[in-house]
Amino acid sequence: MHEMSLAQNVREIIEQAALDQGFTRVKTVWLEIGRLSCVEQEAMRFCFSAAMQGSVAEDARLEIIDTPGRGLCPKCSHEAEIENAYDACSQCGSYGLQLVSGDAMRVKELEVV
Amino acid sequence: MCMTCGCGSDEVLIRGRKPLNKPKAPVSFRLHRVEAKVAEDTQRIVKLEQDILHKNDLHAQGNRELFKQHGMLALNLVSSPGSGKTTLLVRTLQALQGRYPLAVIEGDQQTEQDADRIRATGVSAVQINTGKGCHLDAQMIERALPEMPLPDGGMLFIENVGNLVCPAGFDLGEFAKVVVLSVTEGEDKPLKYPDMFRAAELMLLNKCDLLPYLTFDVELAETYARRVNPDIRIIRLSAVSGEGMDAWLSWLEEQHPG
Repeated sequence: MHEMSLAQNVREIIEQAALDQGFTRVKTVWLEIGRLSCVEQEAMRFCFSAAMQGSVAEDARLEIIDTPGRGLCPKCSHEAEIENAYDACSQCGSYGLQLVSGDAMRVKELEVV
Repeated sequence: MCMTCGCGSDEVLIRGRKPLNKPKAPVSFRLHRVEAKVAEDTQRIVKLEQDILHKNDLHAQGNRELFKQHGMLALNLVSSPGSGKTTLLVRTLQALQGRYPLAVIEGDQQTEQDADRIRATGVSAVQINTGKGCHLDAQMIERALPEMPLPDGGMLFIENVGNLVCPAGFDLGEFAKVVVLSVTEGEDKPLKYPDMFRAAELMLLNKCDLLPYLTFDVELAETYARRVNPDIRIIRLSAVSGEGMDAWLSWLEEQHPG
């Protein structure tokens, strides 16, 4: 996945919020990154600090809320935590689990000055 | 620069049939104000709950509306480099010419070679050079569309940058993603790059004319693809020998809104 362009999107979201909400500096950024969202967290951290240079979030602390993947089995309706989107159902062994959560990429909230 | 895939923020070039225009100012859009509200001053917490790809999705929605208005089938072709996408596309265009209005958007980091190969068939093509970028996004497509005559009632093929990772997450406004896997690659590509195979509606298994010379296990590759995406359609073909092309052309006709 393209962490640099995602980090730039985060910057745009923050800058727009700064205009809308009238803040001038961001101290902390909380990003929700699902484990099945194909974002590499370390790459996101690296790109985040680069992308925020010169913005209201320069030097902001990045907090990543790491949400596990959960899948629902279409055959036996068992819902469980999964490591990969293509995992088999832990109860009946079927493939093709429906993703319930864990693929989100979201700017949750900001601590601002 | 992205440490994962090498992409960066270099200038994107769009080269159409018209003289090179300066990129238009981005269409103004307004980010959703998703219940953004400042909590009490003492807390100074701004809640956003905003999807990182929200802006891309807005542009994609705009593209989708435009495709619908023009009665076009727009497809996003994705694969790793060297899977034979451009050759497949050239053969597809040759088979469809005269039956549908056609157009192509080519995405590559550098060069206009693919667009030139398409133009040699007589079909208009716009080349997007993404610079260091490793995928097309919806805004690039929005900027490329005015550079070409839209194929009203026809088909638009968008050949994405050869990359099985990044293009999976970016909606361009297409009707469907079509992933091309060639038999000179590994059978386990669907498991190694599950996001792409999960995002695709159709998998074209290309270069099947080479199977007698390879140890590639077709059944296994298809099993892996269906494990990642149980609903994926799979067509075995060879753009060079022509085998399987009829099934692909039939699929295109079935998807066409006309």
